[in-house]
Order: sequence, then structure tokens, then C-alpha cells
Amino acid sequence: MRIAIIDESAVRASVMQEGLAQLGDCEIFVITERRGLVRRISEIDADIVLMDLGNPSRDVLEEYFAVSRVLARPIAMFVDDSDEESIGASIDAGVSAYVVDGFAPHRIRSILDLAIRRFHAFSRLQTELSVAQSKLAEREAVDKAKRILMQTRGLGEPEAYAELRKTAMNQGKRIAEIADAVVTAHKLIGGAA
Amino acid sequence: MTTKFSIGFLPLVDAALPILAHVHGFAAEEGLSLELVKDVSWATVLDRLLYGHTDAAHMVAPLAIATTLGRGRPAQPLSAPFVLGLNGNAITLKSDLAQQVAPEGALGDPVAVGAALREIAMERKAAGHPLCFGVVHRYSSHNYMLRYWLAGCGIRPDEDVEITTVPPPFCADALEAGDVDGICVGEPWNSVAVERGAGTIVLATAQVWRRGVEKVLAMRESLMESRRGEVEALIRALHRAARQFVDPEALVTNAAILARPEYLNADVNLIQRALGDRLLLHKGGELIHFPDFMFQYREAANFPWVSQAQWLYSQMLRWDRTPYDAGDEAKVARVFRPDVYRSALTGTDAPLPGASSKVEGSLHQPMAVGTQQGLITLEKNAFFDGRIFDPHDLAGYLARDAYAK
Repeated sequence: MRIAIIDESAVRASVMQEGLAQLGDCEIFVITERRGLVRRISEIDADIVLMDLGNPSRDVLEEYFAVSRVLARPIAMFVDDSDEESIGASIDAGVSAYVVDGFAPHRIRSILDLAIRRFHAFSRLQTELSVAQSKLAEREAVDKAKRILMQTRGLGEPEAYAELRKTAMNQGKRIAEIADAVVTAHKLIGGAA
Repeated sequence: MTTKFSIGFLPLVDAALPILAHVHGFAAEEGLSLELVKDVSWATVLDRLLYGHTDAAHMVAPLAIATTLGRGRPAQPLSAPFVLGLNGNAITLKSDLAQQVAPEGALGDPVAVGAALREIAMERKAAGHPLCFGVVHRYSSHNYMLRYWLAGCGIRPDEDVEITTVPPPFCADALEAGDVDGICVGEPWNSVAVERGAGTIVLATAQVWRRGVEKVLAMRESLMESRRGEVEALIRALHRAARQFVDPEALVTNAAILARPEYLNADVNLIQRALGDRLLLHKGGELIHFPDFMFQYREAANFPWVSQAQWLYSQMLRWDRTPYDAGDEAKVARVFRPDVYRSALTGTDAPLPGASSKVEGSLHQPMAVGTQQGLITLEKNAFFDGRIFDPHDLAGYLARDAYAK
């Protein structure tokens, strides 16, 4: 069975590829390049095409499939003969599937389920990564703000931190927000951050 | 107590009315809390609409018709009770091609540009390297306007020139890379191509059909019935947004709102240009003013004339090369819902046409039309080739005019 994965995010495509590789009898093709998409897809001659919903080229691919309906191997959207539940699940996950007409429905189902799980796994990874990144950025801002207070007001480190915390509490804001404001203000009046 | 109502959209200037109805609070005043869901392909906008992720969508009008008829995917009846705008698209050619077919610094005459383009198209076809045009979707007004113009100029789409789908954000790239020789797309994407020096605007689609229907507010027919009160409230909010949209004093504010990252995420200057009906045809040139480039409010522009849907259906038959079917025509006529529009706006100051259909392309001078509320004077609504579309004789129109290639 030949599966094409179209995704402009090379990382997500490889997460998908790795997942589908477990299936055994699958040959997997990854397309991350936007140009020449239709030519690549026709060369690959896939049984199943998976594409992320956030890909602007979906309309291009669907036009190609609409035209190919008159060809020897018409391709239908998976949604053509599927239950609402799995369609809903795939839209939630952000993946769309296109399948050669008449392809065994239970095989499609297991592949799509796997694709959905991999898509969810990827977005979880991404959320975790962005949370970690923003925590790191916040800590850096607090450190910078402390240094500014220590230098400009001659405070010790614990006092500088207490000052930030007190201001945050008084204004009903988070310490990171106050720290950001201190750093920005300092930059504006010409200090080195 | 407000009710949530979600609307899918593509980041284009003509998604303005739902965005402004939300940001200016018109929807809230009608008791609706709008959630705007941005996507980057019509396929995804449609998926979300059909599977209930969204309640309604900003949609190219022919796609609502194609979905109802089951073209491209299983049939699902959609309803369009409100038109989000007329025209607002342009045809942009690679600059070297534009120089050969269009006057410099002004929009050309569609017949003259078409005649000059025909010579080049035939040369390119003979050389085995036909001209190629990009449109945003197979079932879009862009596709039908471009094809109508080309065919009317003796250039046969699919035979003399190729027409392919190019997503709006990639139009400038495709011109630059030489993947296509021309594009027909909405704003800000023509202007993006111009700013990058990738192309020159040669025609506005308003020159092909002076009052051509563009985007509609589409929803599942079943949802429109089950949430009729909310849908009518939304129509009132959109109508207020339309009136505010055309107020010259609001232009700068509205452009800034549309430019925001969560909406179009685009250059505010380009959006302001489109809103003010101004076009920069080629890089380094002068801005020109093309009145009614976008048409969002006057002349009951938001009224879903059934004849507009029928004209789109005639073009769908023509270019899908499928035969006329009276049953399909009846389904198409049900997609546009002037009855819901009237019901929503009765008792407001919105003018309401008395008829639901009109002969398209027949007006060459302003004419007052019968209304059941208010006054409407329709201006010129001609097609560039002077043809007239009488919705009562769709089959005859197809036989007589549309298939004349």
C-alpha cells in the first residue's frame, strides 16, 4: 500500500511517517515542498493521501482529484463514505485523508486512526515546547529586571525580587509582566538590558 | 444573554463584514457572540462548516452551489441568505505579458486586452507552451469571470490556455516563478504581486460583469432552519457592518482592524487601498481610482438575487461540461434565500427588493426598481460582451450564448 503524506512541516511529517511505518506493508512518501505538488502526487500514484488541514494547497489537491475522477484510478475523499464520528475526529486533529475509490474500508479506518493519534501527539509536543519556551523567557525577563533594580537602586537580589513581587501583587499582574515592563522601560530610557 | 455563533473565513479583504460586525459590536447588539475561525483553504472552511465546527462561513458563491449539488463531494444542501459582497477581484498578468496586451498606467478595455491576449495565446499554443492562468478555486467566481472573459474574446479555456488552482497566498510566488502567466484573485493578493514586482494588474473583474456576485454567507440549510432567529440577527448585524464599511470616515479604522494578525495579518496600506477602490497597477506607478471595485452595500448589494445563483449555475454547467438539469436548477434556486434576507430586515431602514430575481446584464443606465420597503436604484450591471442573462430561460442562454466558443 502506498501512502503519501503532504505536510509543509517536515517535523510533523516525520512524526506521521514514523507512526505509519509500524503498519508494515506500507510504502510511505513524504512531500514537504509546495511546488510541483500535483506532479509528485501523480508520480507517487498513492492509495491514500494524508494532508494537514492547515495546508493552503488542499484546494489544489482537490482540484487534481476532481479531474482524476475521470482517470483510471479515481480518488475520493475519505469523507465520501465514512461515519460522522471519524470525520469529526480527523477534523479535530487537523488531518484530511483522500483514498482511492473502493479501497478496503477497515484498512483506511486503522490508518486514519493512527494518523489522528500522531497528529494529536504532535500538537501535544508543540504545546509542551511552547510552554517550556515561554517559561524560560519569563525567567530571563525576571533575572534581567532584578539586575536592573540592583544596579539602579542599589538593592540586593532578594530585595529586588521582593520589589517586583510587591508591585505585581499591587497591580494584580504576574511577576513576569512587571519584569517585562521594567526591562522595556529601562531600554527606552537608554540603559543596556 | 448572548448566543455563540461561529463563522469560518479565509483571510481576504472581502471577509470584512463578519469581522467588522464582531469588532464594532453590531453582532453583540443583536445578542450574538461571534467567533471567527480562520483557515487557509476553501476545502477546510467547507469541512468545518459541513461537520459542525462552524455555524456559517464566508464562502465563494459557486462553492455553496457545488456543495448543494454534490459536485466534488457528497451533496449537502447549503443556504446563502446574505451576499458578503460583489466583485473586488482583479486579473494580474506577468509584467512582460501585460505590457504587450494592456495600456500602461490604466486598466484596459476588456475587449481590446482580450484581442491582444488572444494573439499571444495562439502563438504560445502553437509553440506547444500554452499560457497558464491561476484561479483560487475550481468553484469560484474568479474561475467563472476569467473563463467568461477569455471565451468571450475567442480564447477557449482548457483548449487554448490552461487554468489551474493556485491558493491566494501563493499567487505572487507562482507569477514570479513563471508557474503561471496570470492570476485572477481577490485583494490583497493582486497588490502583493504588484508590490513584489511579480505582475501588473490589467483588469478588474467588475469590468467583466459590472455587478458580479462574489462571497456569500453560507450555512447548512438545516442549521438555518433550526437557528432561524439567530441567523436573522446575524443578517441584521452584517447589514449594519456593510453600511459602516462604505462610510469613508471609517476606512482607516476598518483597514487597521482587518490588518490585525488574527484576521488578515496583512499590510494595512494594501487593505486600505482595496477598501478605497484604489489600485496600484504596476510597481512604481500611480494609484488609480476605480469606483465600485469592491461593492458591499449600495443598491441592496447584500440581497441574494436568485438570478445570480442561476448565472453561476450556467457557468458551472458550461465549464464542468455537464448537461442542464431542471431538478438541479431548482436546487440551485433554493441556495440563495431572499426570503430569509427580507424576513430579517423587514422593519429596519434596509431597502428590500420586491422581486427575487432579475434579468442580469440588462441595465445600461440607472433604473428604479420595485421594492416592498425603501428605495433602490440599480445602476449599470452589464457584462463586458453585452450579453443578457434571463433566469427564466437558462437552458436557452446556455444553448445560445454560453456554448458559443
